[in-house]
Amino acid sequence: MDFRSPLARVRGLGSAKTGTTHWWMQRVSAVALIPLSFWLIGFLDLCLNAPYQETVAWLTTPFHTVCISAWVLVAFYHAALGLQVVIEDYIAAEGIKIIAVWSVNLVFLLLGLAALIAVFRTLLIG
Amino acid sequence: MAEFTLPKNSVLIPGKTYKAPAGTSNIRRFEVYRWDPDSGENPRIDSYELDMDDCGPMVLDAILKIKNDIDSTLTFRRSCREGVCGSCAMMVNGKNTLACTKAIDSYPDTIKIFPLPHMQVVKDLVPDMTHFYAQYASIKPWIDTQTPAPADSERLQSKEDREKLDGLYECVLCACCSTSCPSYWWNSERYLGPAILLQAYRWLADSRDENTGERLDELEDPFKLYRCHTIMNCTDTCPKGLNPAKAIAETKKLLVQRKLG
Repeated sequence: MDFRSPLARVRGLGSAKTGTTHWWMQRVSAVALIPLSFWLIGFLDLCLNAPYQETVAWLTTPFHTVCISAWVLVAFYHAALGLQVVIEDYIAAEGIKIIAVWSVNLVFLLLGLAALIAVFRTLLIG
Repeated sequence: MAEFTLPKNSVLIPGKTYKAPAGTSNIRRFEVYRWDPDSGENPRIDSYELDMDDCGPMVLDAILKIKNDIDSTLTFRRSCREGVCGSCAMMVNGKNTLACTKAIDSYPDTIKIFPLPHMQVVKDLVPDMTHFYAQYASIKPWIDTQTPAPADSERLQSKEDREKLDGLYECVLCACCSTSCPSYWWNSERYLGPAILLQAYRWLADSRDENTGERLDELEDPFKLYRCHTIMNCTDTCPKGLNPAKAIAETKKLLVQRKLG
């Protein structure tokens, strides 16, 4: 039996006094992805239509190197923030929820790292 | 995981049908959710055919006619019959509303009446509001000041500041919005829901209140506030035409403002 009053149950452990940064960065990264994704369309167009060496040469210019690195960082960051929210919405069991959030953050960190390394390997080695 | 299917003892079974008296022509069919905690049976849908020539214009009139003339066991809450008490909130044809301010003629055919969704049912159309009211109490819905009130007058407020409460003070806490919100369905233990968050913003927006910072501290939580994903069911369903989603967005704006300056 739970003899706590309804108000005690609602107050629970109190407010976490966090969440604003998470919510705000989700919006900031979403806005950043608008121009970056337009850039990505141009890049994919080049990938599919131009020869490999030409695409690599295009990517090596500082502006495009910055763009692809930024897209990778922002896209994976945005995805990790968003998936965490989905997990918090639908998974009620505390233990599974924590493991799932950890896993998502870890997987996207590794994917982001792998993508960045792939970009720089391609640019350096050709 | 969030539960997406009904537990066995909540699955609906067909109920009784009460035919309209012979000789009536203007008939409307009402299908009403019935559940009696004492019977041990599953909830059922009872059908009532009403003579519209002998019934008031609102959905609540039809329910009262059923209770008065046909089946006195039908249980529901009602009080003011003019949309200011919030008692008769229920789901009519798939949308939460106040039965007293919703015209029967605004629906085309059969009218299906259910209790507010995803709430524990006490009996028939009566949901258990204990948790909802405790959530309301938790936001301290009263003016909180350190400065004593002036000895010879009320606390003053400019017309412009008073106007900031328009669209907030009208909320009657019927819970139509909160119980239409999927985020509230999945996480109502911790998410405050649109109705309570609108009420919380009502005190954030009040120029006479001196406790804005502490109020924001209490709300800043991934679950209490940030389960709102701007789904907008709340604003869509509000029988008073209010906009809880906007009140929540304004609260988030205040939190960002104090963080970023």
